[in-house]
Amino acid sequence: MKRTIDRRRFGMGAMAAGAVIAAPAIVRAQAARLRIGNLLPTSGFEALTGQFCQGGIDLAKTMVKDMGYDFEVIDADTESKPETARTQAEKLIRDGCHILLGAFDSGQTLAIAQVCEQNGIPFVADIAADPAITNQGFKFVFRNFPTAVMLGNNGLALFAELFKVTHTAPKTAVLMHVNDTFGEAMVKGIDGYDQKVGLPFKIVENIGYSPQTNDLSAEVAKAKAANADLLVVVHRLNDIILMVREMVKQRYQPMGIISPGSPGMQFKQFFKSLGKYANYCITNQPWMDPKQPLAGRVQEAYEKAHPDQNMTLEIGFTFEGVLICADAAKRAGSTKPQALVEALRATHITNRVMLGGAISFDEHGQNVNLPSAATENLNGKPMVILPEANANAKPVFPMPGWSERG
Amino acid sequence: MPGWVNFVVAGLLTGAVYGLMALGLSVIFGVVRVVNFAHGEMMMLAMYGVILLQRWAGFDPLVSAPVVAAALFALGYALQRGLLNRFISRPEHEQFILMLGVAALLTSSMLMVFGPDAASIDTSYALDSYALGSLILDKVRVFAASGAILCMALLWAFFRLSRTGKAIRACADNPVGAAVAGLDVNRFYATAFGIGAACVAAAGTFLLLLVDVQPYLGADYTLLSFVIVIIGGLGSMPGALLGGVLVGVSEGLAAYFVAPSLKSLFSYGLLILVLLVRPQGLMGRRA
Repeated sequence: MKRTIDRRRFGMGAMAAGAVIAAPAIVRAQAARLRIGNLLPTSGFEALTGQFCQGGIDLAKTMVKDMGYDFEVIDADTESKPETARTQAEKLIRDGCHILLGAFDSGQTLAIAQVCEQNGIPFVADIAADPAITNQGFKFVFRNFPTAVMLGNNGLALFAELFKVTHTAPKTAVLMHVNDTFGEAMVKGIDGYDQKVGLPFKIVENIGYSPQTNDLSAEVAKAKAANADLLVVVHRLNDIILMVREMVKQRYQPMGIISPGSPGMQFKQFFKSLGKYANYCITNQPWMDPKQPLAGRVQEAYEKAHPDQNMTLEIGFTFEGVLICADAAKRAGSTKPQALVEALRATHITNRVMLGGAISFDEHGQNVNLPSAATENLNGKPMVILPEANANAKPVFPMPGWSERG
Repeated sequence: MPGWVNFVVAGLLTGAVYGLMALGLSVIFGVVRVVNFAHGEMMMLAMYGVILLQRWAGFDPLVSAPVVAAALFALGYALQRGLLNRFISRPEHEQFILMLGVAALLTSSMLMVFGPDAASIDTSYALDSYALGSLILDKVRVFAASGAILCMALLWAFFRLSRTGKAIRACADNPVGAAVAGLDVNRFYATAFGIGAACVAAAGTFLLLLVDVQPYLGADYTLLSFVIVIIGGLGSMPGALLGGVLVGVSEGLAAYFVAPSLKSLFSYGLLILVLLVRPQGLMGRRA
């Protein structure tokens, strides 16, 4: 029997075929769940800090969900290299991530920001200080971390306060800094501050070094030879451990070691590596808000999951990064890039972890509500010493000598 | 005392360790006439060996030095006997590619086993120093330099006084004559390669007192070894020590008078100067 295809049969067949083809897309649209691509340097020279940051992300995977948000996080390793950060960001976008988050290091964060901007995918920088990340007119980039200028200004303002409350007056300082994107941005911030307001001391020597260095003996000897009152440091974790070791060996004893905002001296690894020599180092940095109930819950959960680690700003900011992404998707009711960007622009999160007002972004995508606190390592833990209203310990400055620490 | 004296002394001490490291390369080239492009990677392998010995048996690195030196001697001997001897008469570029392959293999293997992160050793004297007036001597640097100088003295005595050492020198000077006289040249080549590997293993152990190790460390130190032996004279034992010390001191002085981040610039500047003025190296023989 000869079968012919008439118009009716053709129409029904086309409808059936269309339904079969469209079904997965319809199901996918209905089941759209936010996929956050998280990028961190969990290997390479920044691995220790990257793995530490991952702790905040892992905590958020359960705690933020418990707060009523629906999402999944896909983790990727930048290997501490901007070029890998770029390729990993491209891969996450190809794998269907709706929003990217990261990446601790400014150079890697800038590389990811460029990929997101090219692909029209929103990106939330959770830790990265280079001002260029939010001052290039990017439309898809948001940052919940102070710029190097903010870090420098907030941090340096606390120097004067420290000297005032401890009745000290260091006249000179040596500045030792990593010469990566973050370090150079911080130095620019310090130089700018110096010209605008005036530091309470004079920087007599400026010594840059590679963050990948494995020997700082010459740099420390040079700093010692400058015979300045104070050592101001802009550092990462591995290098600050090397630096303090060298200072002890070379018996270089300034009045204090103070960072206007860098990662490392508040980490448990710093205390483990240096023991008693880790004490009395001071870092001026954004810190957890003890008055926020969420900060208390995060700290408790983190220290329960990682009894060998301290809760630090890295945990707070990475946790908040996931919260910002999930909150935007919930308010947008969509995972489409433009809807997410609009929702991110309207962010107003008051239930947060870090010190400062509500999380919100200005026209450049920058959160400007991020003040600093001064923390000093005392008895093996970072304690808040300034501002006095938030302090839970009294500052010890000048620091006791290396040989006076028992 | 002027501030630069501390830099010169630190440079001298570090330079002695550099000298031992470069000596290994010099011995291998001087005898076997093969340029060991895997030199730094062999040192990195030894450094991980020291870390394992400390983790598993609690060995102090100075105690581990002879153990890893013996292990690397065996590896170097086997490498020469099993692989390199087949390439002795092949064109030089094939030897280079072979050794670069060995270097890549060692780096990748360590990357797979230990991961990319830096590892360090922990000693009770890591933060100690001696003070002689205003001169501060880092204790681990003093130990490392003393160990390196002891190794070099032993090596000098071995090549000058022992029958095997004299036989190796004979093979280096005239392999055909040595073979005619009944010496097993291939075996002595392997012994020389083993000695070179043992030297760099000992240097790695001492260097581990000063720096952390990670799998990509090797390439930098291979390059540094080349710089030192070219300055000192390829194949010359005292030249390797002189080159190491000159590089260490020039880096120290550059760090003090110019900028610590520019210290490598001066060792490479020294290299270019030597190549221009005395291409065979300060203590090398003219070809």
